[in-house]
Amino acid sequence: MKTKVALTGNEAVAQAMKQINPDVVAAYPITPQTEIVQIFSSFVANGEVDTEFIAVESEHSAMSAAIGAAAGGARAMTATSSQGLALMFEVVYIAASMRLPIVFPVVNRALSGPINIHCDHSDAMGLRDSGVIQLFSENAQEAYDNMIQAVRIAEHPDVRLPVMVNMDGFITSHAMDVLEVLDDETVRNFVGTYVPEDYLLDAKNPISMGNFDMYDFYFEHKRQQVEAMKAAREIIKEVGKEFAKISGREYGLIEAYKLDDADVAVVVLNSAAGTAKGVADELRAKGIRAGVLKPRVYRPFPQDEIREALKGVKAVAVMDRAETFSTCGGPMFADIRNTLYDLKNDIKVVNYIYGLGGRDLRLEHVEQVFEDLENIRKTGRVDETVKYLGLRD
Amino acid sequence: MRKSLEKYYRIDKLPHIWCPGCGNGIVTGALVRAIDNLKLNKDKICIVSGIGCSSRAPGYLNFNTLHTTHGRALAFATGIKLARPELKVIVLTGDGDCAAIGGNHFIHACRRNIDITTIVFNNNIYGMTSGQYSPLTPLGAYATTAPYGNIDRNFDLCKLAEAAGATYVARGTVYHVPQLIKFIEKALQHKGFSVVEAVSTCPTYFGRKNKLASPVKMMEMLRDNSVTVKAAEKMSKEELTNKIVIGEFLDVNAPEYVEEYMKIIKRAQGEE
Repeated sequence: MKTKVALTGNEAVAQAMKQINPDVVAAYPITPQTEIVQIFSSFVANGEVDTEFIAVESEHSAMSAAIGAAAGGARAMTATSSQGLALMFEVVYIAASMRLPIVFPVVNRALSGPINIHCDHSDAMGLRDSGVIQLFSENAQEAYDNMIQAVRIAEHPDVRLPVMVNMDGFITSHAMDVLEVLDDETVRNFVGTYVPEDYLLDAKNPISMGNFDMYDFYFEHKRQQVEAMKAAREIIKEVGKEFAKISGREYGLIEAYKLDDADVAVVVLNSAAGTAKGVADELRAKGIRAGVLKPRVYRPFPQDEIREALKGVKAVAVMDRAETFSTCGGPMFADIRNTLYDLKNDIKVVNYIYGLGGRDLRLEHVEQVFEDLENIRKTGRVDETVKYLGLRD
Repeated sequence: MRKSLEKYYRIDKLPHIWCPGCGNGIVTGALVRAIDNLKLNKDKICIVSGIGCSSRAPGYLNFNTLHTTHGRALAFATGIKLARPELKVIVLTGDGDCAAIGGNHFIHACRRNIDITTIVFNNNIYGMTSGQYSPLTPLGAYATTAPYGNIDRNFDLCKLAEAAGATYVARGTVYHVPQLIKFIEKALQHKGFSVVEAVSTCPTYFGRKNKLASPVKMMEMLRDNSVTVKAAEKMSKEELTNKIVIGEFLDVNAPEYVEEYMKIIKRAQGEE
């Protein structure tokens, strides 16, 4: 059974967590994530879930407690934003390398400094190389759906990795949105019971975890993590197909929007994809063949799918809501240009940094991007590879 | 506010973001008055804060100020004090900032007895993120994360400071303002690590969750539930339940960290 409801992104994620009914949730408040665990804590207090909720004293402890619980064989979760994720940095790597299937929503917010509470992707990008799977959500519906699928992806025997479910701070987390939620039983059947392979305190099969690992085996263990990430590409697609059966919504690694015959395309994550699709529709009405590519999965990076989706496009603009300070553009720009390199068909790829610290992305901005792409397509000339949108001169 | 105090504020940054009835403005005002009473040179003062409602205060104060990350104000302040020992370094922090995420920095600053004054705005809750319980939320009190009452035992921050090695420790409230100013003055004059816990009011979150939603009620609660250190000495443990013990707990002298540090530099360089 499916029900249409009006929920904020945070409420939708809390609802998904309630239906997943994890064994342990450990969390610390941080804007704009706080609501998720606060709402969830009321489910715990009211006996609506069987979860043990731990209100820890910092985000470092939140992820550490989730790791402890997961190592003990529990289905464990946490949630955070920005500085909270930055403080977790050390232990996120531990979770990934210990192959613990912890699912954790991250409500994207700019990293300090200067201190700011609004949306950008600098927090998530800071952990793109940590070995966690990163899913991105355009709206509350996708955040809800991603949470439910994340459990299956994380716990799959070929994967066993943490999954970070991203959504835009305030834009998605705090805005009321209409979405379809599934009934509790359907979700519980879908996520199933977690059966860990190896876990601590199993008297019949005692193991130790987190051991000292020198130059003899550390390298092999890291290579195994890469294999798990590779496997995740297929598993994510499988889970997406299976999810379609219960929800009617199928998910892959990317969403290709009107790209089949597109001359120009924008690549963008999260909520701004909605803005870009709206602009593409308007431009198509004027005869411009515009399309949008939205990676749903950023780690592992869906290179084959992106190459396939963009191979016929003449000019591509990658929009990054984060800086790398490499002076060579944003993080996703590097990935996309790298991906298209082997095609050798001279697709022009440019980069736009936008929306840092919650700066609004307006329709006019995206129109400007497409206009620039049209010029590049017609002239074959790129004047500036990296540009900044909506920035004061 | 007296016209003569305006120079201590960044008037263009007002009005502040605190809720109606919040006690944080009173604590900030008490600090400013203490500084004014002592006639301290405001350019020789550095005010450091972490994250949370309390930590907004330096934004409104016209001194050298540094707004840092959650729980870490004391670590930053330690760096400032060691680099510029001539500065008076003041840390403004909250119960969550100081006792939870920053708890480790707090006990180690106490242990070193470094010459920093720490004022803890204790509103008993995480106000900025809308009312989760903190390590100073009283046992049994309600919070958004404790809808049926808090079962975590709370710290007595003054006892913690004392045990960890601070050398001036006092607790005041935003109801007993002249006394609070006095404590801050003494803390500022003290050589070593000084802690003033200022019990503040949060009608918006702590109040609403605990049937104290009106600022007046919260003030009356501070008035009626506070007992002096002297009176508390004669009271039993049961009688002291839910009471706020106010007064000076400790005022002693011990070797101060920066001075000891300078001494060892001299000794290592063979000057002694």
